[in-house]
Amino acid sequence: MATDSSAYEEMIKGLWRDNPVFVQVLGMCPMLAVTNSAINAVVMGLATFFVLVGSSFLVSSFKQWIPKQVRISLYIIIIATFVTVVDYSLLALLPAIHKELGAFIPLIVANCMILGRQEAFASKHNVKYAVMDAVGMSGGFMIALFALGSVREILGVGAFFGIDLFGTNFESWVIMILPPGGFLTLGLLLLFFNWFTERRREFLLKVAESDRMAYVDGDK
Amino acid sequence: MMNNKDPKLLLQSAPLLRQELTTPAAMKDVWIALLPATAAALWFFGLGALLILITSIAGAVLTEWVFTDKDKRRFAMSDTSAGLTGLLLGLTLPPGLPLWMAFLGGSVSIGLGKVIWGGLGSNLFNPALLGRAFLLGTFPIAMTTWGAAGGPGDFFQIHSSNLAWPFMQGQYDALSTATPLGLMKFEHETTALSSLFLGNTAGSIGETSSLLLLFGGVFLLFRRGIEWRIPAAIFLTASLFSLAMLLINGADSNYPSPLFTLFSGGLLLGTFFMATDPVTSPLTPKGCWIFGIGIGFLVVLIRLYGGLPEGMLYAILLMNAATPLIDRYTQPKIFGRKS
Repeated sequence: MATDSSAYEEMIKGLWRDNPVFVQVLGMCPMLAVTNSAINAVVMGLATFFVLVGSSFLVSSFKQWIPKQVRISLYIIIIATFVTVVDYSLLALLPAIHKELGAFIPLIVANCMILGRQEAFASKHNVKYAVMDAVGMSGGFMIALFALGSVREILGVGAFFGIDLFGTNFESWVIMILPPGGFLTLGLLLLFFNWFTERRREFLLKVAESDRMAYVDGDK
Repeated sequence: MMNNKDPKLLLQSAPLLRQELTTPAAMKDVWIALLPATAAALWFFGLGALLILITSIAGAVLTEWVFTDKDKRRFAMSDTSAGLTGLLLGLTLPPGLPLWMAFLGGSVSIGLGKVIWGGLGSNLFNPALLGRAFLLGTFPIAMTTWGAAGGPGDFFQIHSSNLAWPFMQGQYDALSTATPLGLMKFEHETTALSSLFLGNTAGSIGETSSLLLLFGGVFLLFRRGIEWRIPAAIFLTASLFSLAMLLINGADSNYPSPLFTLFSGGLLLGTFFMATDPVTSPLTPKGCWIFGIGIGFLVVLIRLYGGLPEGMLYAILLMNAATPLIDRYTQPKIFGRKS
């Protein structure tokens, strides 16, 4: 059971504590480019999920046969294989969204978050941990994409997943569906995330301090 | 105990000479300088304009209050700079703008323009103009719909577009008109200098009456509240550059006269009250000249060749961005040093 709980730990860390977007600030290119609507963000998140979990699995399984000198190019080939699968699947299943995401599907290859996980984690751990880590990291990535995409779609066009929220009189925030809106929203989300983390740490310190004081008082 | 009243023995620690100009006093001067132009704006645009000014000030002050530490609040807010930012932003807004946008603009001005950089004195861009740039990018149609200036007769008339619900579009009751700059750019029509001077034209709330803005500016210059080199450089460059363009291209095209360039749009308001913001303008005299020349050049360039009729906003913001660089390259030589 001990191994199970630590594998679970590897998954949870990607969702919040080591969130690839809010904490590591990786994978900014798709983050800013395709999050002008919630559905685009979710599809991008799912595509990244598939690619990251698949390539972490392969890299971790083959790690003893990958020579150190050429490891990066091999990782890229493995990632590119999964990206091609995603590219053609989306083209077949969701052609409209595939058209909207455009060049950013092939560009998943260049997402540094994915390559980073292969180099930093999958190549050093066994398959189970590698897959759990990939699930957590891409889950965290998806949460961030979804948060950004929802804010931008709600303010930018007054809708959520294409469902109209405010009626015809809504004044759309044009900037939100344009690139500056992506930067602005991401910056504000990062601000909120850091503020929250700081507050949580202060709170925990305060609790620990009061516990210690209670202990000292009890000692007397 | 030290007896301060004994004239022969004055015990004081340095600094012994204090300048009377403190931040709250400087802010008070700017409030006074803006008063005539604001009053004229209310005369021309009525209660709607007053409501816009009040909401944008409220947005700015509330944001400052929310994001300032509880212990520092009283000190940080005593200089009234947040309210001044709100007023300056309000003066750059069109009179028919929905009130919730004015509130949002005030809050963005302070939140993204000032607090996030570390408060008063730490920001790179002029907060009021940052708020206006945000509003112009976010609501491009509402921010470029201008109502005509009215007389005292319709003072109590509030535009129905002012009262739109939050997140909803304003319903415009009157036909929108073009500003003098818009007329010049798109219709090649010149507005009479006298109406530009008095302010009986369409435009942002505070940019109409050149005469009263000049009054405010001269008052600030006399009080030494602003650096004289910046307005001087802007006026010189803008008028010389537009004169040169007029002479090169001929009088019958859409190239305005130097006087039209100076007295139309937001040039005076921006020059006296935004470009001279001591936080976002260079510190050195030489730097001030460069800064002003840059603004004067850019504003004419944007007005003549840009997509927008008015270029003051982006001219100032661009030169704000260049300010640290200007400061670095215009530092005076230390006496006795070789380089």
